[in-house]
Amino acid sequence: MEGMIHSIETFGTVDGPGIRYVVFVKGCPMRCQYCHNPDTWEMAGGTKKTADEILEDYDRYVPFLKDGGITVSGGEPLVQIDFLIELFEKAKKKGIHTCLDTSGIMFRRDNPETLAKYEKLMEYTDLIMLDIKHIDPEEHLKLTGQPCDNIFDFLKYIDEKEKVIWIRHVLVPGITLIPEYLERLGRFMAEFKHIKALDVLPYHDMGKEKYKKMGLDYVLKDVKPVGKEEAIKARETILGAMKKRRQEMKEGK
Amino acid sequence: MESTAWNGFVGGKWQEEVNLRDFIQKNYTLYEGDDSFLADATQDTKDLWQMVLDLSKKEREAGGVLDMDTKVVSTLTSHGPGYLDKSKEKIVGVQTDAPFKRGMNVYGGIRMAIKACEDNGYKVDPEVVEFFTTHRKTHNAGVFDVYDEEIRKCRTNHIITGLPDAYGRGRIIGDYRRVALYGVDFLIEDKKKQKNSYGKVYTDDVIRAREELSEQIRALGELKQMAASYGIDISKPATNVQEAIQAVYFGYLGAVKEQNGAAMSLGRTSTFLDCYAERDLANGTFTEEQIQEFVDHFIMKLRIVKFARTPEYNQLFSGDPVWVTESLGGVGIDGRPLVTKMSFRYLHTLDNLGPAPEPNLTVLWSTRLPINWKQYCAKMSIKSSSIQYENDDMMRVVHGDDYAIACCVSSMRVGKEMQFFGARANLAKCLLYAINGGVDECTGVQVGPKYRPITSEYLDYDEVLEKYDDMMEWLAGVYVSALNIIHYMHDKYAYERIQMALHDRDVKRYFATGIAGLSVVADSLSAIKYAKVKPIRNEQGVVVSYETEGDFPKYGNNDDRVDKIAANIVSTFMNKIRKHHVYRNGFPTMSVLTITSNVTYGKNTGDTPCGRKHGQPLAPGANPLHGRDKSGALASLSSVAKLPFMDSQDGISNTFSIIPGALGKEDQVFAGDIEIDLDK
Repeated sequence: MEGMIHSIETFGTVDGPGIRYVVFVKGCPMRCQYCHNPDTWEMAGGTKKTADEILEDYDRYVPFLKDGGITVSGGEPLVQIDFLIELFEKAKKKGIHTCLDTSGIMFRRDNPETLAKYEKLMEYTDLIMLDIKHIDPEEHLKLTGQPCDNIFDFLKYIDEKEKVIWIRHVLVPGITLIPEYLERLGRFMAEFKHIKALDVLPYHDMGKEKYKKMGLDYVLKDVKPVGKEEAIKARETILGAMKKRRQEMKEGK
Repeated sequence: MESTAWNGFVGGKWQEEVNLRDFIQKNYTLYEGDDSFLADATQDTKDLWQMVLDLSKKEREAGGVLDMDTKVVSTLTSHGPGYLDKSKEKIVGVQTDAPFKRGMNVYGGIRMAIKACEDNGYKVDPEVVEFFTTHRKTHNAGVFDVYDEEIRKCRTNHIITGLPDAYGRGRIIGDYRRVALYGVDFLIEDKKKQKNSYGKVYTDDVIRAREELSEQIRALGELKQMAASYGIDISKPATNVQEAIQAVYFGYLGAVKEQNGAAMSLGRTSTFLDCYAERDLANGTFTEEQIQEFVDHFIMKLRIVKFARTPEYNQLFSGDPVWVTESLGGVGIDGRPLVTKMSFRYLHTLDNLGPAPEPNLTVLWSTRLPINWKQYCAKMSIKSSSIQYENDDMMRVVHGDDYAIACCVSSMRVGKEMQFFGARANLAKCLLYAINGGVDECTGVQVGPKYRPITSEYLDYDEVLEKYDDMMEWLAGVYVSALNIIHYMHDKYAYERIQMALHDRDVKRYFATGIAGLSVVADSLSAIKYAKVKPIRNEQGVVVSYETEGDFPKYGNNDDRVDKIAANIVSTFMNKIRKHHVYRNGFPTMSVLTITSNVTYGKNTGDTPCGRKHGQPLAPGANPLHGRDKSGALASLSSVAKLPFMDSQDGISNTFSIIPGALGKEDQVFAGDIEIDLDK
C-alpha cells in the first residue's frame, strides 16, 4: 500500500541513533502552537510512495546508514498505521533498525481492532521517540488542541511492551519551560522502566516563515528562542526530579 | 651520498637518488592514538600570534594593505631578512624585509603589478615600469601579442573566465621536503647531472630543457643565499626537526617570493617531518612542547603569506586567498595509513593559534584511516570549520600515495607532476549561446560562431542538445587555444625557477581545464526535457528570459533522470577538450570546482531555462543550485558522486555547509542512557 509522504531526509542526524533515513509523513491531528512543520498537518499535497519504493531508495544509502536506520516522523506517523506496519515489517526483514517518532495521540486501547494493529506494529519497532508536549492536562489541551490521556496511556502501553523509549520534550518559555512542570514531567517519567533517554528540544522560531507562507497565524510570535544554557538547566531539573522520584519508589513511598 | 644527518634513519634508495616517497615509507611511524599527547601554545607562540593579530588589525584599518614594495622587484634574494620578533621566532623568514609588507611581482604582468599598487594607494617606481615595459617583456604582454579577436571577445563577454593571462598561474607544488632531506648542494649536483643527460641533438625541447635546468640551478643557489641572510645554512641535509621544518619553509618561501600564483600550495609535508620529530623525541633532542612550537611558528608564517592584488582579483576569489594547501593523512598503497603525530600537530594549530582559512589544511580521507584520527578531524572541523576533505580512496588509484592537492582539488604527485592551470569555461553561458546562435545574452555581441539560433515557441530538447553540442565544440577549441598561448608565455617570461628546481627532470604536465555552471546546465536541460520552456525574446530577437511551466527533476536529489544529464555534460566537454593539440604534451584534465568565483560568474550570466535569473550566482563547483536539493545531504552528495572522476580528474568540489547542531545531538543537552545517569 501507499503512504502519503511529505519529504525524505537522507542524512538525518537528530532523529534517533546514528545517521538515519527519515521519512516525514503527512497528516496530524495535533495543532501544537510551536510546530515547525505546519505543512505536514493536512494529508493533501503529499507524494504517494509504497513501502517498497522507500526501502529501495534506502538501499542506495546503506553504506552511510549502517550504524543508523530508518525513522518515521511527521506529521503523525500513527495516522497512517497500516502503511507504517508494512514499512517496518519489511524494514525489519532487511535487518534495518526502525524508529518511530510520535506524539502517541492516535492510541486507543479500548478499540480491539486498533489495539491489534498496535500489537503488530510493536513487533517491528525497535525504538519509540515519544514527544510529550505538556505534562499538565489542561495546558496540554491549550497548547495542542488535544487531550493528553491517550498519550500517557500509550507511554504506559509501550513500557509494558518493553520497548526502548526516548522522551522528547520541547522547551517553550512561559508554557513548558517552568520549573514546576519540568519537575512534574521528571516525576512522571520515573514510573516507566524503559525510558532510556531524554531529548529536550529548545524552542526555536524557524518555522515562522512557513506560517507566513501558508497564511496561518503564528501564536508564539513574541516568544524568544531558548538558548543552550537554559536547555541544560531544564534537562537537569527533569532528570533531578526523575532521580528523586525513583529513589522514593525504591524506598517504597 | 652519505650524511651524518641521516643517522638513525632506515637507509635505502632515497640515499642514492632524490626519492622522498622511499624515505617516508621506510621511516615514518604510524600513529593510531588520540590527541591527548598534544602540547599547548608556548608563551612565545602566544606573543608572536598576538603581534600577527595586531598587524592584521592595522592592515584592515589601512584598507587591506599595510605596506607594499614599489621599488624592488621580488626575487629570492631581493630583500634582507625580516622578523616579527627575532628573539622569539623558532622558524624564520618573510617574503620581504618586514612582515605584512607585500612584495612586487612583475613577471606575470607589469600592468597587474601597477594596478595592484595603484588600487591600494601606492605607485610603482617609474624606472621599474619603464624597464618592464620597454626592455623586459612580461607574461601578460606576451599573451596579448598572440591572442586573436575571438579569444578577446570570449574573455570580455565572460564565457571563458579567470584566465591566468595577467598574473602568475600558480598551482605548481615544489617538493619543498627535498631541501630538508638532501640539502641544496646535493640538489644542485643532481640538476647538473640532469643537464648533462641530454644528447647532442639540440631540438627545441632540448634547448628549452637545458635553459630551464640552468635557471633551476641558479635559483637553488639563490635559495641558499636567501637562507644565509637569516644566518642559516641549508646547503647540507637537516639534522633535526627544527632544521627540517625551517628548510621546508625556506623552499616554500623562495617560491612565494618569486611567484604570486593564483594558488601557492605547500604539498604533503607533515608525515615527512614526523620522521625527524620521532627521531628527536627518541634521542631526547626536543620535547613535544618544543616540536609543537616549531609547527605553530611554521603555520603562523604560512598564515601571513600575502600578495599584492587588485580589488577585482579579490572579488573573484571572495577575499585575499593564497591557497597554501597542505595535504594530511591518507593511506599508503601497502594499506598502512600515513597518519602520524605530525598530522595531529598540524591540525592542533587550529587550537593553538585559533581557526584560520590558511594554510588550507586538507585531510585526505579514506575509510581505512585510524578511528582516533577520524574523530580528531571531526572534532576540529566542528570547532574550527577550517578543514577541507578529499577522497583519498579515489585519488590514490591515479596518483599513488605521495600526491598532494594544489589549490582546492587539483591532485598531483609531489615533485613528479605539475599542472598548467586553466581557469574555466562557463557552460551555462554556452547553453545560452547555443539557443541564441552565438550571441551573448547580456551584451548582444556576436561572440560565438553565427550558427542558426532557435526560433521555435517552445524549446525542444533534442534540438537544444544538438546545438549545445556544436557550441561546446567551438568553445572547447577557443578555450584550449587561449590556454596554449598562456602557458607558452608563462614558461617563457615567468618561469617558476625554484618550484621546478624541486621537481624531477621529466614531469607530467596536466593541462587542467575547468567548467562552471554545471548544475545550471543540468537543471536547464532537465526543464527543457521534462517541463515546457518558452523562450522570451527581446526586440533584437535575442532570448533573454524563459517561462517554465510544470515541474522537472533537479540535480541534487539523487535522481538519475537529471544526474545523468550532468554526468554526460562533463564527459562530453572533456572529450571535446581532448580533441585538441595541447602545449608541451600536456595531459588534458578538467575540474568542476569554482569555490567562490561562482558569484561573479552569475553576475555575467543571463536568465537560464531552469528558472535562475540573471545575476543570481551559479552554484559553487559541482553543487546543486541553492535550495534545489530537497532530500537531504546524502541525496545531494550522491548526485555529485555520479560525476565521472576520470573525465574531471583535476577535481570535483562540493561545498557543504551545515550548522553543528544538525550534525547530531549536543552531549550536554541530550541525555542518552538515563540508567547510568540516575545511578550516579
